[in-house]
Amino acid sequence: MRRIITATVQNRSGVLNRITGMLSKRGFNIESISVGTSETEGISKMTFVVEISDSQKLEQLTKQLNKQIDVLKVSDITDKAMVARELALIKVGSTGQNRNEIQGVITPFRASVIDVSRDSLIIQVTGKPDKVDALISLLRPYGIKELSRTGVTAFLRGQQPQPLHEVNTLLI
Amino acid sequence: MKVEAKPKDVVDRKVVTGADVFIQALVNEGVDTVFGYPGGAVLPIYDALYRSNAKFEHILCRHEQGIIHAAEGYARVTGRAGVVIATSGPGATNLITGITDAMMDSLPIVIFTGQVGTNVIGTDAFQEADIIGITTPITKYNYQVTNIADLPRIVKEAFHIAETGRPGPVVVDIPKNISQELTVGDFETDFYLPGYQPTVNPNPLQIKKLSESLRRAKRPLLLAGAGVLFAGATEELKAFAEKYQLPVTTTLLGLGSFPGNHSLSLGMAGMHGTYAANMAIYESDLLINIGARFDDRLTGAIKHFAPNAKVAHIDIDPAEIGKNIKTNIPVVADAKAALKALLLEDAEDPDHKSWLEKINTNKETYPLWYERSSSEISPQWLIQQIYEETNGEAIITTDVGQHQMWAAQFYKFDKPNKWVTSGGLGTMGFGFPAAIGAQLGAPDSQVVAIVGDGGFQMTLQELSVIYQRKLPVKIIIVNNEALGMVRQWQETFYEERYSESLLSENPDFVKLAESYGVKGMRVDKEAEVPAVLREAFSYDGPVLVDCRVVKRECVYPMVAPGKGNHEMIGVTK
Ligand SMILES: Cc1ncc(C[n+]2csc(CCOP(=O)(O)OP(=O)(O)O)c2C)c(N)n1
Repeated sequence: MRRIITATVQNRSGVLNRITGMLSKRGFNIESISVGTSETEGISKMTFVVEISDSQKLEQLTKQLNKQIDVLKVSDITDKAMVARELALIKVGSTGQNRNEIQGVITPFRASVIDVSRDSLIIQVTGKPDKVDALISLLRPYGIKELSRTGVTAFLRGQQPQPLHEVNTLLI
Repeated sequence: MKVEAKPKDVVDRKVVTGADVFIQALVNEGVDTVFGYPGGAVLPIYDALYRSNAKFEHILCRHEQGIIHAAEGYARVTGRAGVVIATSGPGATNLITGITDAMMDSLPIVIFTGQVGTNVIGTDAFQEADIIGITTPITKYNYQVTNIADLPRIVKEAFHIAETGRPGPVVVDIPKNISQELTVGDFETDFYLPGYQPTVNPNPLQIKKLSESLRRAKRPLLLAGAGVLFAGATEELKAFAEKYQLPVTTTLLGLGSFPGNHSLSLGMAGMHGTYAANMAIYESDLLINIGARFDDRLTGAIKHFAPNAKVAHIDIDPAEIGKNIKTNIPVVADAKAALKALLLEDAEDPDHKSWLEKINTNKETYPLWYERSSSEISPQWLIQQIYEETNGEAIITTDVGQHQMWAAQFYKFDKPNKWVTSGGLGTMGFGFPAAIGAQLGAPDSQVVAIVGDGGFQMTLQELSVIYQRKLPVKIIIVNNEALGMVRQWQETFYEERYSESLLSENPDFVKLAESYGVKGMRVDKEAEVPAVLREAFSYDGPVLVDCRVVKRECVYPMVAPGKGNHEMIGVTK
């Protein structure tokens, strides 16, 4: 099962290394990690997307994260009401003739062209990972020259329905 | 035992170096012994040590592996952090085995490594090693000091983290320019670690649940690990076991947490545990694990481990609960606090007389056994003689291999903190230097290092230290002219193909000892053993005894790899 886990950590040197080292040592399968500063100085927020085989492993993962001295809080937000977003930069081959066509492809995704050169375009898209996946597959026929994704960052929504019946997936 | 902080009494000059600040920080922690080895990056620290009138001992081992294992031995018998200083690069990397060993066995160690100057870090400077990167997976925490003002606080935090919660090793990497820097600073040492707040007291609901299960159990069993020893909870464990007449087995590292000669003791469980202990685990309906981590050498094949039992697990480290074995009643707590809480509960006497009878029958019918040789010294018999000659009161350190298992089986530990062995990592070369640390930590105790002829040769250079420091450590080499445990596995599982496991070219250990100034003795006749041991143990100084034992002996009983604890082989002759 795919889970989204967030961690609030103290921004001490080596903290990312300590956490990713633990994850690889204990054999956890990480799809993406994103890290950045939070609203509080000295505190960073990490978001992990992990593929996990069973609930015992999941419990281990959260416990091992919690055990890290720099980790303040760990939450598995997969089953909560939340927003999960990522950003991708996609460089596609474009000769000018097909520029409008590409524009037509990306508009429904609310993606934008952020760089134009003689034979390529750079497209920026933000959204749920599956939306990013969908755009990438639509752009593939034009020839993707370079692709870079930030990994998911996620938040709980301001309001949590009580109780929540629907189980989230990354589609939310 | 913490010495009261005496601020500034070793640093009497106004302007001091970072190294002086560092030494003062150790004094403030009440450190009495430091295990170290000098080198370029720690020269300022060694100079400060030379100039200081700090009262602690500095023990110069002859290899950094020696200093770290000595620190482990010290930590194991005192419960306080062992302190290590090594230089950058090779000095630091020579510690890696010992740091990993301490991590596996949860020993509080604070390791200070020198580092190249901050201006050249990252340039592959002379004797630069990324010790933070290297030690991250094998430490509870690590620090690199990049600002002198942080140094006193970091030292304080390091000791706190190493000694509290589930203990473990902490590395503090100090660049040379930091220890050289001049300062008049009077630095802040207060710290706050919001992400590190170990849970000491148990959740009362979980304690209730556990008592409730105990009331209903027909075949309850206690499994005690080193967590009981770290928590200083041996009295509480005994009271709890006696109150409800609960049989007790221990892990390898938990030996001594419950008196080995007690009528409720089943001895050690696991790969070379007793039949009674392993069968009790297999048949129990309530297994209460206190401070053990369900290591695979204990559990054997998981699918056969306590298959009928409700499992309760008391551990200060929540991540250990449910890691290997599904747990029904998790209790996150310090073992002492949890046992105290359990003792307050009044579960009326659970009725399990027939269970105890069954266990006692197993104990009587299938005791630990060996075939005593008529012509040579049987190693198991040798351990029993050591037990007799020390009245069962010595601190025993061991190396890793057959002799370690025989010591665990045949030396009945009645008291806590007398057993020093490398469990989780199984580190050959551990036993002798650990004895040095143990002797320094417990100067009035008889310390006996029981080692193999193989493992002893990994760290024997520390003979210099016991000579120099006149440490009355007694080294007993259980000499079978082989890497015995490897040879045993080759005999059992590889049709006696003894590939690289026979040591026919051993040195003359007696002459070797003598060349270091240490008294050396050899014994190869059973009849002479008691007298030789008596002479060694009463000798006022270090002694090495080369005991020539039966060469092809095996450790039994045994749970073969991949098998369940109920499928032991070699249970009887
Ligand atoms: C550093 C290290 N290397 C290798 C091993 C693998 N090993 C385990 S026991 C053993 C044999 C130990 O022989 P010896 O010290 O003579 O003790 P004995 O088993 O004969 O009592 C070996 C090689 C180990 N545990 N540690």
